[in-house]
Amino acid sequence: MSAVRKWTVPSIRAALEAKTISAREIATEFYSRIEKRNPELNAYLTLSPERAYAQADRIDTMRAKGTRLPPLAGVPVAIKDVISTRGICTTCASRILENYVPPYDATAVERLEAAGAVILGKTNCDEFAMGSSNENSAFGPVHNPVDLARVPGGSSGGSAAAVAAGLAVGALGTDTGGSIRQPGALCGIPAMMPTYGRVSRYGLIAFASSLDRIGPFASTVSDVASLLGVISGNDPRDSTSASAPVPNLLEGIGKTVKGMRIGLPAEYFGEGMDTEVRSNVEKGIQTLESLGCRPVNLRMPHTDYAIATYYILANAEASSNLARFDGVRYGMRVPESSLAEMYRETRGKGFGPEVKRRIMLGTYVLSSGYYDAYYLRAQKVRSLIRSDFNAAFEKVDVLVTPTSSAPAFLLGERIDDPLSMYLSDIYTVTGSLAGVPAISIPCGMTSKRLPVGLQIFGPPFAEERILQLAHALERALGAEQA
Amino acid sequence: MKITREEVLRVAELAHLSLSDSEVTKFQGQLDSILSYIDKLKELDLSGVQPMAQALEANTRPEAALRDDVVCVSDVSRAVLDQAPEAKAPYFRVPKVIER
Repeated sequence: MSAVRKWTVPSIRAALEAKTISAREIATEFYSRIEKRNPELNAYLTLSPERAYAQADRIDTMRAKGTRLPPLAGVPVAIKDVISTRGICTTCASRILENYVPPYDATAVERLEAAGAVILGKTNCDEFAMGSSNENSAFGPVHNPVDLARVPGGSSGGSAAAVAAGLAVGALGTDTGGSIRQPGALCGIPAMMPTYGRVSRYGLIAFASSLDRIGPFASTVSDVASLLGVISGNDPRDSTSASAPVPNLLEGIGKTVKGMRIGLPAEYFGEGMDTEVRSNVEKGIQTLESLGCRPVNLRMPHTDYAIATYYILANAEASSNLARFDGVRYGMRVPESSLAEMYRETRGKGFGPEVKRRIMLGTYVLSSGYYDAYYLRAQKVRSLIRSDFNAAFEKVDVLVTPTSSAPAFLLGERIDDPLSMYLSDIYTVTGSLAGVPAISIPCGMTSKRLPVGLQIFGPPFAEERILQLAHALERALGAEQA
Repeated sequence: MKITREEVLRVAELAHLSLSDSEVTKFQGQLDSILSYIDKLKELDLSGVQPMAQALEANTRPEAALRDDVVCVSDVSRAVLDQAPEAKAPYFRVPKVIER
């Protein structure tokens, strides 16, 4: 997988300005890479060359006229297939939306394109973003470019694999319980979940509305910052979009991290972690110390309750959100003589097993007589988990943990045991519940050459600080390897 | 068992999901183990704890305040109906629901 040239946001800009290549030529190069590699990776579900080349030509015309190029001019990007794209099929990797073509763009897509990015196509994922391995796609699993026998992680596995294999410079994913960070870790690239409310969810087909977030993948921390800066900011079309001003996210990059207090919560370093994940993350923490960061040991006592809380709340919200897929307004319909039968058969045939399982669980916990015991209780525990984060951020600037307890596992290895698959999200779901931002960045390799991810959590709206530290670590680790 | 076969069927009915017999059996077992696991929340004393519904604490964080609810023009009915499995403008068509 080496041989291909690694393009980044700054290198594309430099090449366009030096006129050594055109935006159209860059798009052509990426489509030829996709043609070559996608059959074995299954990272892309739909390609959008018409729209991509039209955008590339707009950039080339601007350049010819001497107009100042926008920040992501000519940068080829991929979009997870749960994010709406006008005129481009958006399936959520589900049979029920197999032929759905949205009449509008998600705000994040609109902003990327306005900033000059070239949308290459839509990426594979777990059906409706439900899963941690990308094996729940109705259109077949994605293979990890690092090792084709292994999963890329999920649910945004196609976006992670596309960037890791050099089939896009950046990509958008979505994270509800770890679906950006975990595939980033398993494929060995930086991946960021911003603060809840930082990026508009308008046009994101909802899984769990109080948890869903859109965020970027790229091959460098600096590119993650560039993409996130463009898609962030208030949007009146999303009532949960925050009006907090967006700082220049590249501002902290390259600045010293000396004196930064890094919290190490004991609960994230307990049993159940792969020994090589542990040794690599510990080495990463030592590197941060050598850069002048001050480690602070602390406890986050409700961590152990996060998975149970998450699976109640996320699935309750999912059962409600997915009620809209009933064969009436869009997507698949199984014709039946009565309306009730049409609903039941359309949903029974249109949804895959994991989606049905979650709708069942969500419906159960919300059903009459169980609401207080499950849903209300989980909402209260969610408060306690957020309090853990609030208390930690009174003592430290960021928290540093592993992203995933294990490196990429084999395809098929965990598919028959949903509970063990759910439990593997333990280090990521906490931050999802608390609403705080986090990044996963590559931090060494196991003896089998599988990437390990290190996660950095920050307080709400502290993306700039997280990116500053992530970049410092990326540079230090890169220097060590060289 | 935390959940009986009858309860699985009842939940499937509430969720408008047709399930095969083998799915009912499989989901019963899997939901049982998941429900047993999430029972661990009962270990916690939650008296006095407020439920959290929103990540942004809309009431306390001014940057998370909601926008004004303003009416604006939306002209997408045509494009929306184009995506429907069956439509006759300006309506979606479904099997007959009301018997005369």
